[in-house]
Amino acid sequence: MYNSIVLVKQVPDTANISGKVMKEDGTVNRSKLPAIFNHEDKVALELALQVKEKYGGKVTAITMGPPRASDILRECLYMGADEVFLISDRKFAGADTLATSYVLSEAINKIGNYHFIFGGRQAIDGDTAQVGPQTADKLNIPQVTYAEQILDIKKNKVTIKRKIDGGHEIVRAALPVLVTVIKEAADPRPFSAKKVMAYKGAKSLTDLEKLTEGNSLLYTDTLIHEYKERNLFISTLTMDDLQLDVDRCGVKGSPTKVHKVESVVLAGGNQTRVEPTKDGIGILIDKLLEDHILG
Amino acid sequence: MQNLSNEVWVFIEQRNGKPADVSLELLCKGRKLAEQLHGPLKAVVIGEDVKSIADETFKYGANEVLLIQHKELKNYRTLPYSRILNDLIIKFSPRIVLFGATVIGRDLAPRVASNTKSGLTADCTELRIDTITYLGKECKDILLQIRPAFGGNIIATIITPDNPVQMATVREGVMELSPLEKPNKSKITEIPFLPDPTDALVEIIEQFHQENKVNLKGAPIIVAGGYGLGTAANFKLIHELAHVLGGEVAGSRAAVDAGFVPHERQVGQTGVTVRPKLYIAVGISGAIQHRAGMQEANKIIAINTDPDAPIFQIAHYGIVGDAVDIIPKFIDAYKHKLK
Repeated sequence: MYNSIVLVKQVPDTANISGKVMKEDGTVNRSKLPAIFNHEDKVALELALQVKEKYGGKVTAITMGPPRASDILRECLYMGADEVFLISDRKFAGADTLATSYVLSEAINKIGNYHFIFGGRQAIDGDTAQVGPQTADKLNIPQVTYAEQILDIKKNKVTIKRKIDGGHEIVRAALPVLVTVIKEAADPRPFSAKKVMAYKGAKSLTDLEKLTEGNSLLYTDTLIHEYKERNLFISTLTMDDLQLDVDRCGVKGSPTKVHKVESVVLAGGNQTRVEPTKDGIGILIDKLLEDHILG
Repeated sequence: MQNLSNEVWVFIEQRNGKPADVSLELLCKGRKLAEQLHGPLKAVVIGEDVKSIADETFKYGANEVLLIQHKELKNYRTLPYSRILNDLIIKFSPRIVLFGATVIGRDLAPRVASNTKSGLTADCTELRIDTITYLGKECKDILLQIRPAFGGNIIATIITPDNPVQMATVREGVMELSPLEKPNKSKITEIPFLPDPTDALVEIIEQFHQENKVNLKGAPIIVAGGYGLGTAANFKLIHELAHVLGGEVAGSRAAVDAGFVPHERQVGQTGVTVRPKLYIAVGISGAIQHRAGMQEANKIIAINTDPDAPIFQIAHYGIVGDAVDIIPKFIDAYKHKLK
């Protein structure tokens, strides 16, 4: 039996930027980008589910983020996670990877009883790949990054094939271990229709508060009780629940600060338009040959 | 903060006794940063029998090498390597520590930054020392760590104003390699390695090395395809054009994610930075992360169906149209001209 905790993140879909999300001033309209489940984290969840199916155990998914991040926790339930936690507090806002890994490691300590921490190698909004190793450091456990395949688990040791610069290596790590995965590690399973039916009504504290705001006949406490009874309550862990040091959270706990942000403005260049015709392309090739760029 | 150090350190990554190109590139950048801080540039070399690497770093500007040698350190492993750096950084508190944004650097740097509570910025495309005002406070000679963020839609300047140690990772090819004509006067400081029981928590069972046959960095002509090509079948056109022109095939990140082209051929902030004579971008919208990896090409041709695609803003020649139509025309015209 091996228990896994999976770190997942909701990210803006920054991968495909087209002219459609460009504003007239040449910058990108960020609010037009949809929020999605970071793909490599989904791969991590799939791997944790495979470990559970093969060896038994429990899979817990956690995310740190704003209340709307509970969307991806529901998706974790649809894929087969046994339990999910939303780690959310206004005081976590503006955290860099160091502050994030502090909060995550304390949440993991609180949940406890794990053999594996799985996560995607990196999230597409920052691409830093830092939160995994920084969380492992704070938990004082070994890490295996860029994992591509779990070859075998026995006697409290896991054998993993991982990518390295210019090749691969096979490592054997003692449990508990934190593993970050690349997309080749697994194909995330589709949502189970049965589980979607069962969990589509799962709600976090904020979701329930929204319900009571709009209806004076409803009381949050009663709703929480009811949703817990029906196994549809997404637990939230806040700063107080985790008894965190406020100086290590959010902006305050982040050594790196954003000094300046410049939206990328695309100024018109000195570009020559080439007609998409045989003649147009012919002229271009003549020019390139003449300039010794081609030939 | 008082009495900040003025030392710049570069972690020298080695594989099979050879230093990684990116580490040497970082020494060249680090040399300039150290000059501005009026401090020494130090190289940290860890491995087994790696004194020759230590000697090599002097050609790139290192004033001192911190050399740690032990047979247990032959191959990179997270726990012993991070333990060594943690101890050294806590003891000497350098002002700046640079790592290559390789698999090793991206495994090691965050763990060390966490342990030493240092700021760390990944995949910087520019590093500069400057004095700035942050929240009304003057930050003297601070490291400006510049990187595209948020999918490349913004350029962020990151600083570490309140911590003594600032760390950054940089991709291979981003900083220029400029060896010294006459190496600095320099010294090697050997630092003993004390094995620890935790070193055995992760063992390397086996390593396989594939020679990287792809040499995008050195290719004079690159034909790159993007997600806009739509299908793997259409991506074959990229191969055909590259073949006819004698160029290398590359792709944008979206094309790599879609499985059209392997990651070794990805151009951009999280891929390879290239400076070819000719770069043909086909079906690539031109997010800044991609542009960061190719905008220094001598000539850029963009082919895209979307006339507003950002790639046209940096292209020297723009062709609005469908690659499926344009590429065969291009190939025909080129073959015809060569006759």
